[in-house]
Amino acid sequence: MSDNNKKKGPETKTYKFDTLSLHAGYQPHKNAGSRQVPIYQTTSYLFDDVDHAAALFNLERGGHIYSRISNPTVGVLEERVASLEGGTAALATSSGMSAIFLTVMTLCEAGDHLVVSSQLYGGTVNLFRLTLPKFGIKCTFVKPRDTEGFKKAIQKNTKGIFGELVGNPGNELMNMPEISKIAHEAGIPLIVDATYQTPYLCKPFEHGADIVVHSLTKWMAGHGSSMAGILVEGGNFDWMQNDKFPTMTKPYEGYHGLSFAEEFGPTAFTMKARAEGMRDFGPCLSPQNAWNVLQGIETLSVRMKKHCSNAEEMVKYLLAHESVAWVSHPSVPDHPDHALAKKLLPNGRGSMIAFGIKGGKDAGVAFINNVKLASHLANVGDTRTLVIHPASGTHSQMDEATLKFAGLSHDMIRLSVGIEDIDDIKNDFEIGFRAARKPRLVSNQ
Amino acid sequence: MKFKVNGQEVFASTGGRPFDKNKPLIIFVHGSGLTHMTWVLQTRYFAFHGYSVLALDLPGHGLSSGKSLKSIEDMADWISNVIDAVGYKEASLVGHSQGCLVTIECTARYPDKIKTLSLMGGAGAIPMNPDLLALAENGDPKAVDLMMDWAHGPAGHFGGHPVPGLYHINTGGMLAKSRTIKDTLGVDFRACDNYKNGFEAAKKIKIPTLSILATDDKMCPVKEGRKLADLIEGSKVDIIDNCGHMMLLEEADRVLKVLKSFITTNYPSKN
Repeated sequence: MSDNNKKKGPETKTYKFDTLSLHAGYQPHKNAGSRQVPIYQTTSYLFDDVDHAAALFNLERGGHIYSRISNPTVGVLEERVASLEGGTAALATSSGMSAIFLTVMTLCEAGDHLVVSSQLYGGTVNLFRLTLPKFGIKCTFVKPRDTEGFKKAIQKNTKGIFGELVGNPGNELMNMPEISKIAHEAGIPLIVDATYQTPYLCKPFEHGADIVVHSLTKWMAGHGSSMAGILVEGGNFDWMQNDKFPTMTKPYEGYHGLSFAEEFGPTAFTMKARAEGMRDFGPCLSPQNAWNVLQGIETLSVRMKKHCSNAEEMVKYLLAHESVAWVSHPSVPDHPDHALAKKLLPNGRGSMIAFGIKGGKDAGVAFINNVKLASHLANVGDTRTLVIHPASGTHSQMDEATLKFAGLSHDMIRLSVGIEDIDDIKNDFEIGFRAARKPRLVSNQ
Repeated sequence: MKFKVNGQEVFASTGGRPFDKNKPLIIFVHGSGLTHMTWVLQTRYFAFHGYSVLALDLPGHGLSSGKSLKSIEDMADWISNVIDAVGYKEASLVGHSQGCLVTIECTARYPDKIKTLSLMGGAGAIPMNPDLLALAENGDPKAVDLMMDWAHGPAGHFGGHPVPGLYHINTGGMLAKSRTIKDTLGVDFRACDNYKNGFEAAKKIKIPTLSILATDDKMCPVKEGRKLADLIEGSKVDIIDNCGHMMLLEEADRVLKVLKSFITTNYPSKN
């Protein structure tokens, strides 16, 4: 018998990524046969009777009460993302920032501490540096490549480690598998913002993360039309292993003495984030925006392939360009994290490129003011190519010292490569580079 | 809550309400390799409506200590000991899959203790696929993936869970991976495969019995469930369409509705 004819044993036939992108979380026969997910544009839901109402409020059964807490359209999005990430449950929010805030507020109390990567979206830095201390939650920032630094920064009251897998905007990677070991040895979860990757490029739960957050506004949606965020639970973190998380493990007064960890186990964090966080803070996602994001997710893998191939073409183009001082992208062989990126991002290294333009800040300004196809705006992960000068835009609220610690320089341009024809993007950049060179040519004459 | 049986600590969810010995007791027994959490959408209702509920973690499973019991008969005796340990003389039993074998055997052995029996995805015998059994006994996570695949019906593979945001295939899989696979799933599967007394035990059952079966259940198909139910005098059968073996998650509301009607009629609470 040849090897090909040997009995291989049973194989799982659960649906794979591309199929889940289109179908997960939704059953047409429960929705009037509607092939497309309906938009449940409603604030509230009829109770069958008083008993039914009480059952919903007591978390005795699943269902919807009020769209601040949950909504059927939003629920499809939540299940879909949970399925793609390999998570047990998810909770969608009005933006990526609200997903991070809700995660922190579900995890922490006043007096708690977090260890946080220093290379983050500027808004996230400000949340951890300036806003969370107002709630009594302090943070220690550690450079993403300083794996041992994360260990050293852990204190008795540390409740988690947070970081972006590939830092914004400098493209420095966290060693997620090693940092997750550090977190787990300390009995705390690792929370990863995987917005840049989407589950198509990396599933952080497979590398030790416990909670994943996304700004769905970016690559997941792709179209740049709708704000949305989500937190996803891996289901593997044991909240009862120590006494660090009493709000997860002890009776909760808000639900008749319920212990979320005992009752809901692998979905406890999401259940608490919804039952407490959405109830009390209310950063709910609109059903229309949830539907918009679902349209984007349907083509996620197709788009991500084009994003990544275009990005690798742009890296080659920029590396060879006379106007470019340096290029940072994990696909570049001499990028310090190239080997780690190959391991963690096997399907592509993402479409975010940082590069330095010769001529510094003035050249950067001229470049951005003169490109026509690339859009100058404060977003990433659009299907269209986007550019920004972080030091004067997304990260402009940082002082010089914080900019330096976050790895930002004044010549840096952040490029989010779109899925246009690659020749058109390059031609547009030539216009920008010509304009960037012009002031120097004039001054040399 | 935690209590001791045979000197070992046992965990059981009480459905989010304090355990009250003045209320009738319902005991929920989970399936192979799983934990008390599979019952979360059934137990909480009864706990809030006049019953004391124990959704058990079998020994060696979930939050219970000790080693997994190696035979269905041992598990049946252990359930009887649980009833004694919490100070009751009787209880109503609800089982899923392997839990059905356990509760059938327990009811046959202790007829005076058990007042009603509810079986979900039950059959008189659950012979295991040899490949699946070998994978589980070797602690291969593929055993869990296969179990979750086969245990969910076609509709269940898409999700659409009544609890917003919960993706139940991954949740079930995570429950089954919460302890060492070979020590839980492997031991449980072997116990199911070895158990041959289901049909004889069923013939001895004289209490109100409900069988909830599902049209797309590949692990305990409807015809096998009916074969078992036919042996139990006066037993009631309810079939849920478009649903697989994990009916208590896939169609939690429909299961609860049927269960609620059966238990409140046949084992009413005065509270």
